[in-house]
Parts: sequence; structure tokens; C-alpha cells
Amino acid sequence: MSAPGTWRLNQQRYRLMGEVCETCGAKIFPPRDICPACEAPAKTPFALSGRGEVYSFSTVYHPPEGFEEFSPYTVALVQLEEGPMVTAQLTDVDAEEVEIGMAVEMVTRRVQSGGEEGVIAYGYKFRPVPNPA
Amino acid sequence: MRDVAIIGIGATKIDEHWETSLRHLALEAMQASMTDAGVTRADALYVGNMLSGELTRQEHLGALIADFAGLRGIEAYKVEAACGSGAAAMRAGYVGVASGLIDLALVVGVEKMTDTLGADTTSALAMAADGDFEASQGLSFVAVNALLMRRYMYEYGYSHRDFAGFAVNAHRNAIHNPHAMFPFPITADKFARAKMICDPVSLLDSSPICDGAAAVVLAPADAAHTLSAAPVRVAGSAVGTDTLAVHDRRNPMVLDGGIVSTQRAYEQAGAGPEDIDLFELHDAFTIMAALSLEAAGFAEKGRAVQMALDGEIGLNGRIPITTMGGLKARGHPVGATGMYQIVEVVQQLRGLAGESQIEDARLGMAQNIGGSGATVITHILERMD
Repeated sequence: MSAPGTWRLNQQRYRLMGEVCETCGAKIFPPRDICPACEAPAKTPFALSGRGEVYSFSTVYHPPEGFEEFSPYTVALVQLEEGPMVTAQLTDVDAEEVEIGMAVEMVTRRVQSGGEEGVIAYGYKFRPVPNPA
Repeated sequence: MRDVAIIGIGATKIDEHWETSLRHLALEAMQASMTDAGVTRADALYVGNMLSGELTRQEHLGALIADFAGLRGIEAYKVEAACGSGAAAMRAGYVGVASGLIDLALVVGVEKMTDTLGADTTSALAMAADGDFEASQGLSFVAVNALLMRRYMYEYGYSHRDFAGFAVNAHRNAIHNPHAMFPFPITADKFARAKMICDPVSLLDSSPICDGAAAVVLAPADAAHTLSAAPVRVAGSAVGTDTLAVHDRRNPMVLDGGIVSTQRAYEQAGAGPEDIDLFELHDAFTIMAALSLEAAGFAEKGRAVQMALDGEIGLNGRIPITTMGGLKARGHPVGATGMYQIVEVVQQLRGLAGESQIEDARLGMAQNIGGSGATVITHILERMD
């Protein structure tokens, strides 16, 4: 991803900054300015907690360009506790230990090595919660 | 609005065409369709293509191919909707002729995928997903489908082996298709032992990277009988959309775009699932075949895999699918696929599908999907007696 493209997303990548709909209360991530639940304008910032559980997962052995150094890596759909779902890599866990329903939390990690512009992208990954309540 | 008919079809063999360029592939398919229709000109050309800019450094395909095909001067442009680009071009051609603004339209879907190395192609295909929030996390397009398949297995209690029905059926139906990339059978055992590429998606769940082009000629239906011995009417044409990202879906296990698209097409055609004689669906991965059957009303949620296991999708089954091999075995040159589906349904309705012929086929459906379900384009075609 380009340097400006990466920079524009830093609130999402570092803080899971989404939105809350003032009309129906839905929490929204990624931000999209129009509530997907009630279609009202929704531009009020809201930071997601980063806690959730694994909805589905897979392991990538043939990575797209820019992700080779992480290969193989596990990717997941994470259902956040506020409702939205997010796509991310899992980290600090062996692929064999991952299962649907596993409690996970967001951490900040390097997600893509520098391309032609040399920008190293940091962002969210998810790791197992050490001792889920 | 006026009725539209398909009066000519043509296609290249699907393969790794090392010696043939994108423009030559398009030309071959277009010439075959024009010969079939007995026409030498057209008023407009619509080109379905997804990746020419990324993979062959060539955009601006409308004018390029029109000129190359000896049609310099006509209206021409490219239509893009990821892997649904072929059917999107078909839709554009249909709208043009139905509106009365265009009398004779050429539609070609073309894709050249083998000029690049694997990682480049993988990255390019990932552009069908959400760039900021899926691909940027390292997801390949295969991985997106793997996430769907894993969840489907979890929710409905299937094992990987249960998906064999789709791949075995597709390969069996490709055997006599001269355009197919993989015209050979596979067994359920071979399916179960296939190399895992993105767990739980294995090599035999997946359609291949390949080159190909397929084309049709469209004309007003009231003139079709004078132009063609076996015209086929476009009875339904509809596009449905959904979120690009799987994580934004209302329910990732339901193709809402597919429901909308098929309902609109059924309504226009005055038909329902029970009236469809064959269904060329978008089996880019076995999981997409299952989700498509459910969205189109042929199976309840979670039942499509069992339906395939029970043989209901075979040539003599309740709803024959991928009758010429589907994306899995005929091949999936992404932006061309939607047009191969249309060409194959026309072959069936003309009674010229050879060993794959569905007896007395009258109404056939083709459904092309962009991404993991964000664009779903359905065409229902009807034999004109």
C-alpha cells in the first residue's frame, strides 16, 4: 500500500477507530460514515475495545507480494465484542492451536514490509487472550 | 424496452496460451461468434476483463480490440466487476440492445493471466477484495474463500471431504468439452488427498489460473429468427451487489447479492428455481458453488453440500450445474468466465452440448460472481422455438 494510503488509515490501524451511529447506536468498523444497520449518517468516532473471538481462520502459505516474510501466517475473521467483524492476522499463536470461538485481543505489529517507497506498515493483529475471563 | 436475443457464440480453448496475446484471444472468440451469427459488423463492443492493467500492462481494451478486430470506429469500452466482469459486459450489451440505442452488439470476455509469475497474479486477484481492510492484512483471494469454507463446515458439520461432490461433478462434465482446460475425471479419493493450499481450501477445491476468451453477438429478439437458425432469448438479466469485505456482510454465510440478483432475474423471466433446466454457477471454489445454490433457492442454508453428495447436481439430477466443467474444470480466466457460462448455456439450449446435453433444455441460468459475493450477475436464457 502507498505511503499516503497507509498514513490515512493510521487511526484504524493503531487504535481500531471506528464510528458509532447516533441514530441506532450501532458500532461501526471499519468506518464508513453511513450506518449499515439503519442507513443514517454516522460520523461520530468510536474506538473499539479490540476484544473479540475468532469467527473463522485459515493459514496462508502462498502470500501476496509484500507479505512473504511472515509466511506461513494465520488470518482470521474476528467478531469484536461490540458487534463489528474485522479481518486480521493472528499472532503469538501456532496455527494448530487456533479454533473458532477462541478469545483474542488486538495488538500492534508490523503487518507489511516496505515496498518501493520503503514504508513499513504497522497495524492490528490479534493474539489469544492469556486467561479469558 | 425490447427483447434481446443471442444470435452467435464463440470461444477459445482455455489453457496456458503462451503463444497467444490478449488481443489475439479476444479476436479468435469474436470472429467465431460473428461467423456463427453470420454478421460482419456490429454497432458496439463491450469487453469484460478484470486484470489486463495489472497483468499485461494494458488498459483501454475497448478501442484496442475493436480496432484489432477490424471494427475501428464503433462504440467500445471495457467493463470491470472483478471476476464478474464477463457477465457485467453481457449486461452492458443487453442494456444497449434492449434500450434500442444499439442494434447489434458484440460482447467478449477475455483474460490473460499467465504472463506474470505466481505472487504477482495472487496479488492482482486480491484486488477483488477490500484493499484497505482485507488485502492489506495479507489475505489472498484463496484465503477469503478459506475463511468462508471453514465457517460453513463449522456451522453445518461438514468435513472437507464432503465438498468432493462439486469437483467430481465438474471434472466429469468437462471430459467432452473441447474448450475445457482439465477434460479428465477425478475421484472423491483424489479430492480428499489433494494438496492443501489455504486450509481448508485444497487444490481440487479451486479453479485454475489460465487464459481464454468467449464472445456472443446480441440482436433485437424480433429480428433474431431472420439472423440465426437457433436464437436464444435473454429472459432475465440482473445485477445484485453486497459489501466487498466478508467481515461487513449481514451474515457471511449468505450471499445477499446472490439472493437479490436471482430474485430479480426470476421475476423478469417469470420463472422460479423449479423452472430452471440447468445452472452454470460460479464455482471458483467449492464453497462458492454451495453458497450460490443456496442463494439461488435450490437448497436450504447449509444443505447444498449434501445436495451435491446426493448427486442432485449431476446431468440427470434435480438441478444440473457446471454442465461443461464449470470454473473448476473448464477453467476460470477471470474476466472471461461470465461469457463462457453464457456460451455454454446457449449450447445447451441449442441442443449442441454433446455428451453434456441436458435433455430438452428450455431455460438455463448463468451466474457470474465478482469477488467473494460483492457483485452477482444472473442471466436467464430461453430457447426460442
